[in-house]
Amino acid sequence: MTGDVIITSLFVFALAGFLGFEVIRKVPKLLHTPLMALTNALSAIALVGSLIVLGHAETTYSTILGFISVVASTINVVGGFLITDKMLKMFRKPARPKPAEEAGS
Amino acid sequence: MRENLINLAYLVGAIGFGLSLKWMSAAATARRGIFAGEAAFAIAIVATLFQPEIGAKGYVLIVIALAVGAAIGVPLGLKVPMTAMPERIALSHAFGALAVAATGIAKFFLDWNVFGKFELAVLGGEILLGGLVFTGSLMAAGKLHEMLPQRPIIFKGQNYANFAMIGLGIAVVIYLMFRPEDRWLVIPLAVLALIIGVMLIIPIGGADMPTVIALLNSYAGLSASALGLVLNNKLLIVAGALDGTAGLILAIIMCRAMNRSFRNVMFGAFGAVDETAGGGAQGEVAPVRSASPDEAAEIMKMSRSVVIVPGYGMAVAQAQHKVRELADALEKEGVDVKYAIHPVAGRMPGHMNVLLAEANVPYDKLLDMDEINNDFPQVDCVLVLGANDVVNPAARHEKSSPIYGMPILNVDQAQTIMVVKRSMRSGFAGIENELFYNPKTLMVFGDAKAVVTELSLEVSGQRDAIGL
Repeated sequence: MTGDVIITSLFVFALAGFLGFEVIRKVPKLLHTPLMALTNALSAIALVGSLIVLGHAETTYSTILGFISVVASTINVVGGFLITDKMLKMFRKPARPKPAEEAGS
Repeated sequence: MRENLINLAYLVGAIGFGLSLKWMSAAATARRGIFAGEAAFAIAIVATLFQPEIGAKGYVLIVIALAVGAAIGVPLGLKVPMTAMPERIALSHAFGALAVAATGIAKFFLDWNVFGKFELAVLGGEILLGGLVFTGSLMAAGKLHEMLPQRPIIFKGQNYANFAMIGLGIAVVIYLMFRPEDRWLVIPLAVLALIIGVMLIIPIGGADMPTVIALLNSYAGLSASALGLVLNNKLLIVAGALDGTAGLILAIIMCRAMNRSFRNVMFGAFGAVDETAGGGAQGEVAPVRSASPDEAAEIMKMSRSVVIVPGYGMAVAQAQHKVRELADALEKEGVDVKYAIHPVAGRMPGHMNVLLAEANVPYDKLLDMDEINNDFPQVDCVLVLGANDVVNPAARHEKSSPIYGMPILNVDQAQTIMVVKRSMRSGFAGIENELFYNPKTLMVFGDAKAVVTELSLEVSGQRDAIGL
């Protein structure tokens, strides 16, 4: 990997960190648990790496490690998105005279 | 051409992730955020499957692994009750770290002779971090699930031992930078990381779990980002950075809410405080006033405004549904009911909010400490339910107290304070609470759920109707 590529990657990391800080700071305390569940599901995008390790199947060891890694990430994606959705569905809108009322469960 | 298209898909994925988190900033748009995240995720994964390295045998293995993961993930997403949410979140950090560490180890063995010094260092650090987050999160989950003792386990020289192990880990990473051909060292490095993870969480008490969970979240994100750097995958860098900052922000909020530093949380062994500290002037036998549930119900019914302060005790007793019933009954009597939520109430960030939302409490009634703290003098009655340290006035003036300086809910400014508690035993941190000896305080002894059930029956008058 050349120095150029590394610098570009560090740029991306720094800017994503700033973006994350500004965006996530605005998430109210009310939603902090769903936020953790969601960011966890998103970071399971480590799948993009482990799918290649598993799919390439170069050595037995790398295949086993790739397999473990794909399984663990998949658990996090599937479980993470489902549980975030389940939690957010519970946050009932404030009772207003308007008819826009979401079903409770 | 193919590579460009795949990278374009990753770019779309990164934008989707950004939008997903942006929409999380309001409850009304939060679910849209999930769909954005899911769509972005799907695009990125489909694109990855077109990577030229993946062979025919690989596709078979991938399908099997995805199926196994989904078979475990679906029940973990749908079946886990809200009361088990802290350990569920800790467990997901463990899975995330395991995935990252395992991929990192595989990559080291496959490409050690291709990587430059920078990648080797990042990869080594990633394996160290991923490994310690894996066992650390498992320990946290075990403590939260009460499979392991919640009390901190402390021994002499603990911090030195931990620092020494971390130092050794870093030394191995540096050695591998220069001698990657000794790649077998990655295995002891990973084992060392697993041990460090256990050792770091052993001394941490239950009350510090919100901060620790947030920190583990942050580390998990950071290690994902490190893997992204090594794989030169920008989407993974972005996702890891977002996860890392989310954890960091939550950890900062938790620490501020306790007036403590990260260092103090990780190495301070809070909760092991001996009971002589902070007892203060209340050491003498001070009179405590207690009330029966029907007396308490009568006072609440006569109030114009009632503020409920939930804590970990409500979660343990699973009293959230009964609390909602009590609030409904009070509102029927014309009483204004609100909830005051301290940032570190419970065992993870947002714990109380999730539980009360599960019990169908509208979220505009759930108020942050900052939103409600100035209003307490106008509140007729406060009901403290399973909260302790977050309402202890010693935090304001008792310099010897371990919680001195921690922002608290000013419940002592209300007209009447009712505290539901099993007994006079001190709270998790082992600190006496002078609020209990306040002349305006009424103690209602009993299990949180049982007491609240009684209260709501009394308030709604159902008890008389049934003729009990």
